[in-house]
Parts: sequence; C-alpha cells; structure tokens
Amino acid sequence: MRQVPHIFKKEFRTYFVSPIAYIVISIFLIVIGWFFFSTFFLFNQAGLRNFFVLLPIVFAFVIPAVTMRLFSEELNIGSYEILLTMPVTFREVVVGKFLASAAFIAAMLFPTLAYPVSVSFLGDLDWGPVVGGYVGALLLGASFAGVGLFASSLTRNQIVAFIVGVAICFALALIDKILFFFPAPLAGVLQYLGAGYHFENIAKGVLDSRDILYFLSLIFLSLYATHLAMEEKS
Amino acid sequence: MIHVENLTKYYGDLCAVDGISLDVQRGEILGILGPNGAGKTTTLRMLTGFIRPSAGTIRIKDFSIEEHSLEIRKLLGYLPESAPLYHDMLVYDYLSFVADIREVERSRKLPRIREMADLCGLNEVMHKPVAELSKGYKQRVGLAHAMMKDPEILVFDEPTSGLDPNQIIEIREIMRHIGKEKTVVLSTHILSEAEATCDRVVIINQGKIAADGTMESLKQSAGGDYFIHLCLRNAAMDEVRKELSAMAGVESVHTEEGDGAVVKVKLGCRTSDDLRAGLYEKIKQTDWVLLEFFQERQSLEHIFQKLTLEN
Repeated sequence: MRQVPHIFKKEFRTYFVSPIAYIVISIFLIVIGWFFFSTFFLFNQAGLRNFFVLLPIVFAFVIPAVTMRLFSEELNIGSYEILLTMPVTFREVVVGKFLASAAFIAAMLFPTLAYPVSVSFLGDLDWGPVVGGYVGALLLGASFAGVGLFASSLTRNQIVAFIVGVAICFALALIDKILFFFPAPLAGVLQYLGAGYHFENIAKGVLDSRDILYFLSLIFLSLYATHLAMEEKS
Repeated sequence: MIHVENLTKYYGDLCAVDGISLDVQRGEILGILGPNGAGKTTTLRMLTGFIRPSAGTIRIKDFSIEEHSLEIRKLLGYLPESAPLYHDMLVYDYLSFVADIREVERSRKLPRIREMADLCGLNEVMHKPVAELSKGYKQRVGLAHAMMKDPEILVFDEPTSGLDPNQIIEIREIMRHIGKEKTVVLSTHILSEAEATCDRVVIINQGKIAADGTMESLKQSAGGDYFIHLCLRNAAMDEVRKELSAMAGVESVHTEEGDGAVVKVKLGCRTSDDLRAGLYEKIKQTDWVLLEFFQERQSLEHIFQKLTLEN
C-alpha cells in the first residue's frame, strides 16, 4: 500500500488542473442550493432536513460524473499500460483512485457548510442531525464513488461509464421509495439494500453501526468488483 | 538476464504468440523484428508483466513473472508503442509522479528529473501539458519515464514509429547511449533501425521465431546467395553466356544489352565460393573490356521478405 499516496495525489491534482472539478462543483452547488432554498422559507423551520433528503438523488447524478474518467480514460488513451508496468499493484491503484474521488466529494461538500451556518443565524438549529447528515453524506458519497469507479473500470467509453454508474446509484438511492411494488417479505430485504434508507437513518442524527457497516460493505464490494474487472483485463 | 521459454498467448482462438523461446544476455541490445501483427507487441507486453501468458515461463534475473511480477517491474523500464501518457498532466508533474512511483529518493528526485530532461532534451517543454506535445516530444517523455529509476533492463516498443528522420536519429543516439550499460529489448519493423542499433535480431512471424542471430549471420544464412554484376564491352552476348555459365560455382547467368554496345551480366553465386579472382582471370583471357565489376549481398529487406512471406 506504499504507492497509494502517490496515486491519490496524482488523481486528486488531475481533478483540479482540468475544468471538470470546477464545473461539477458549480453544478452541484447550484442544483442543490436552488432546490433547498426555493422551499426553505415555506416550511419556516431552521433545519437542513430538505437538504439531506435531496442529497442521494443529486449524488446519484453528480458522483458518476466525477468518477467516470478514472479508469475509462486510462483504458481509452492506453496510459493503463504505463501505469500497470510500473511497480504498483491493482489494489494500490484501486484504493488510490477511490480515495482521490472520495476526497474530491468531501471538497465538493465543503462549501455547503455555509448552509447550516447561515441557517443557524435564522433560528435555533439542532446541530445533531446536521453532523449526522454530513457523516452520512460522506459515507454515501464514498459508496457512490466506489460504484462509479466500478462502472468506469468496465468500459473505455466515459459516457457508458457515466450511464452505468448513474443507473446503479439511482437504483440504490430510490429502491426504498418503491417498496410498495414488492411483496412484504422481499420489501424488507430490498429496504435494507437501499442506500437511501441507511442514509436517512444517519441523517436523523442516529449513528447506528448497522448503517455504517452497510456503507463500508458497499464500498468494499464495489472496490473488490473493480479489482476483479481490472484483473480480467490483463 | 532474460530467459523466455515456450511463451504462448491466445486471444480467444487467435494464437498471437506461439511458443517463443529466447535468451537475452546482460548488456545486449536485442531487436525484435516482424511484420505487423506478428506478435511483437504481445511478446513485449508479456515480458513487462502487462498481460499474462497463456503458457510458458519468463524469468528475469532470478525472478519468475508469475510470482515476482512486482520485483520484475522494478527492474524494467518500459516504453509502450506510441507512448500513451496522461494527457492532462504537465511534463514536470508527470515525471515527478513517475519518480514517486518508482521510489526515487526524495533528495535525488529533482536532480534526477533534471538529468532526464537534459538527456532527452525536454527542457523547453517541462511546463507544457502532455496533450500539447508533438509526437517526437511525447516519445522523449516516454523515454525519460522508462529511464527514471535507471533500470537494468529497458523495453521499447517501436520507439521511432511516427518520428521524422532527425528525431529518429536523436532517439537512436539516446538508445545506443543507454545500450552501453543496459540490456535493451526493442521491437521495430524498420530494418535499417535494427541494423543500426541492435547487437542481435530476432525475426518473428505469425507468433513464431523465424530467425535469431546477429545481422551478419542472418545475412549469411538466409538464402546464402550473392550476385556479381559485370559490365563488358567488345563482347558477344552468346559467348559471354557460354563462357561464364561453364564456370564452377555460378548458379545463374543473366545477360542484358546495355547502352553503347555493352553487355550487362548478373551472375548468381553461392556464398561458399569466392568467384572474384577466377572471374578476373577468365576475363583476362578474352578481349572483353571490363567496365564494371561489383558484388551485391542480399539486402536486409530481401531476407526479411524471404523469412516472413514463406507459407
């Protein structure tokens, strides 16, 4: 794992030397800011509940856009060959790239800290759910980054990687909202599989080990699948 | 240094490399020649650990590629075909990234990058993104990348493809410079390049080794024939034919009327006998006036064609 910091540094820097980072961050902030504040004053409540309710769906679109290039671009231009003939292991590459995208998502969330701060001036803000919400947002973002990374390792076409990533993230974010279509025994399982359900639990301010374990296993599974996809290619 | 045995690679049903065995000595510059699709790139990719062989073994020093892939990759510097580098990085950032991954010591990093920039002539482009570089400069960045940690073995896949003649000469110069101390394996389909840079040549065709040896020995063994060209005045064509085909060692006589009442003769001879002295004596006995006399070895292109167009 000695090479992880180098891969991480390279990938993280690449985000910020190209315009992608600034475009994605701007779109994210505009979309989420507009949806949040357009209804905020109607509820007349000093809380960030609406912000966190929106987050899984917005993430499902934004994060695959962040991760789509990580492997697809390398496969497309062939730099993959250069990377893998240097003394690095698959594991180091996968973990390094994953951490870079997770760090990027943290950087993307950072400006939204202005929301709780400004809301706290307007009324009496309960900080518990806010802290829980941000912890949940980081876990959710990292999980979706893992999924996006996996989608990216499947194809050399970034658009395909984006669409596959959105499809999986969207399903994970919304599956617990459409449970009434399924028979009761299946519904419980599907609810547990949905990322939206676990995120909402954490965003209430309850840090349950089951929810945290869910996100960690989702991250692990997607990284492992990425690893397999890479091995398959060589 | 490098020991390859019975190396085979299948892509689905297609057999790209079919039982290649090779030994490369320390300090040798080995050229792998072959027509397009012969399996050169696949062989090099297996050598560098990028793809796994379907069968066969590769040992580099005391390491086998299956168990010690990481150690082998530390010993190797590799420049893939057409240098696929990260587009959006600056040249300096890229070399710095490579130095990090290759574990160049922190204090040695900057001097080493400078050294590489000087050696490969990169000083003017250090601050430019890789995507904006010309093909020649990309190739040089690729060379700097391959040599960053001063590896014992260097592998180049078509290092001069797509370059202009000046750049080709520069790159060859660099390669010959490195080749003095290092083991170099390079692939090419430019024959004069192999002749100019390599100590030894392996010709691959359809995944199999068609020939292996020094340039000289290849020229000797392949075909083995050479030609002697004569230009004679004051000679009748029939007479020339009759006299010369009677000589021992002459395989074929081809005569042709040239400008100004001369006869042009092309004699096909076997390498084993040297006919030049005998021919001279023969001509002296007649009244023919000898205008030209030269020997032609089979060209490299000819040998290459002969070896790769069989079947």
